[in-house]
Amino acid sequence: MSNNLRQGSLHIVNVSRIRKRGALSISEGRIRVMIKWFWSNLAAAALSPTLYLLSIGIGVGKLINTHSGGVDGVKYLTFLAPALLATAAIQNAMDEAVFPTLDGFKWSKSFFAMNATPISSSQIADGILIAALVRTFFSVTIYGCTIYFFGGFSSLRGWLAIPTALFAGAAFGAFILGIAAATNNDDSFFMILGRFVMMPLFLFSGTFYQLATMPFYMRWIGWISPLWHATELSRYFTYGHRLSGVMVLVHAGFLIVMFIFGLHNARKQFTKRLSK
Amino acid sequence: MEDISQNPVLIQAKGLSKRYGEFVAVAGIDFEVKKGESFGFLGPNGAGKSTTMRIIAATLNRSSGEITILGKDPEKYGPEIKAHLGVVPQTDNLDNNLTVEENLFVYGRYFGLSKKFINSKIEELLDFAQLVEKRSVKVETLSGGMKRRLTIARALVSEPEILMLDEPTTGLDPQARHILWDRLFRLKEQGVTLLITTHYMDEAEQLCDRLMVMDKGSIMAEDSPAGLIKKYSTREVLEVRFGSDRNATIAPELQKLVERIEVLPDRILMYADDGEVILHLLKEKGMHPITSLVRRSSLEDVFLRLTGRTLID
Repeated sequence: MSNNLRQGSLHIVNVSRIRKRGALSISEGRIRVMIKWFWSNLAAAALSPTLYLLSIGIGVGKLINTHSGGVDGVKYLTFLAPALLATAAIQNAMDEAVFPTLDGFKWSKSFFAMNATPISSSQIADGILIAALVRTFFSVTIYGCTIYFFGGFSSLRGWLAIPTALFAGAAFGAFILGIAAATNNDDSFFMILGRFVMMPLFLFSGTFYQLATMPFYMRWIGWISPLWHATELSRYFTYGHRLSGVMVLVHAGFLIVMFIFGLHNARKQFTKRLSK
Repeated sequence: MEDISQNPVLIQAKGLSKRYGEFVAVAGIDFEVKKGESFGFLGPNGAGKSTTMRIIAATLNRSSGEITILGKDPEKYGPEIKAHLGVVPQTDNLDNNLTVEENLFVYGRYFGLSKKFINSKIEELLDFAQLVEKRSVKVETLSGGMKRRLTIARALVSEPEILMLDEPTTGLDPQARHILWDRLFRLKEQGVTLLITTHYMDEAEQLCDRLMVMDKGSIMAEDSPAGLIKKYSTREVLEVRFGSDRNATIAPELQKLVERIEVLPDRILMYADDGEVILHLLKEKGMHPITSLVRRSSLEDVFLRLTGRTLID
């Protein structure tokens, strides 16, 4: 048995390299954990869209198509699919932002171990978000392929719905990351997030019908929802939903601002909590 | 053992303090740690040991005073300093989702180390931590002692100049503690600079070349374990019990026989260079304790002398 350990961090640790790539090292570690759940992640990513598209897209869609000839000038499945894709992106990004953050700060406290290395607090936040987006990309690509298979879109332009959904995931994921980092009470956090944030977003963001169909006093939910903005952009790409150039910029701008604000706040919260 | 008094200074603090509002956690302390030295912070919970360690580890900013680690200010050069530190926190913060081996690998990546380097280092570390057979096991199934050894091995993945251990054996059974001490002693022999906080005096005596006794954020004394005992205690201690009712009443009589006594709730400590002689004297004077024990002075006695309190209340 050898008992002699080599010593010499002065020669082997390159801090300037860590400054550039530290966040990716965090993502790498996180992706290692995700790979352990690969098959269940894959099943969830493929099964969920199939069920939704079969039951609502085709089932409810048949009823709507028969009675009113579809929505927004297209078949109901074509109308619904972009919204489901954006929802999946937001849900995935949220899960991957929340669970590792609560684990890192509270359960295993692994963020404190990371913080003892040359990696900065902001890089830890960035790394978690990047990993969340890798998972989101994986899920929305499968979702997108399923939608394509069901005939949800047919043009080449329609594939732009995937980066749009991913971008919505980035915006919402960054936003939630900061909130999760500031959360101490993890028991009620999931309940509040699921019931009072995710559910209203899903139901009132023009997912199942156009936002304009809702009473005026309820439309604000859509206006502040990244889901509505992403869905509008997605529909613009998949079936040519009518949007003015200004509104394209407004939707994209909303997501950009949410991402920048969310990431800035997440970095701030990580730094604050790790240096208490 | 090598003479470390001429070695370069790795850590230097002057008037270092940390305040949280009105509460003073560290109250303007001065100390130096030399390369290859095994330096201990000894004190009860809340003495300011862990706060001092966090300032050194560049994860907590000081309120005032000066500190340099490897010649650099941790507030300006956090990542540069952290690159050369191995940190073992009070509570193990391993990634429970990963295996033993993966924990070491992932941590090495945080230091920007290449996959090839880490893979060869893992073999060395598993051997060192006696975890070769557990390499593919998930961390959550390990015993407390194994987790602790893995946390230490993880801290060594980047071959740090300074290894910092915060209460390394708290919560471990005696056998696990001895295994850990053996591992740490080997590191010390290899010239790794060790920084240890502990409230166990036996641990401090086993592992530290030099100790700083802390209480309420201040330094009470600083020397080698033997030096502290010599300075603040006698060679031996006679512990006598007369029953909880009689201890306090008989104390003035006992005080006349030795330089110093300490009256604890359950026993009286009599400080003398030869405990057996004092015990004999007691019996000659017709004072027969229910139980008696002669032992060598320890750091516990030093702490009692300095603060009037025991280390573990």
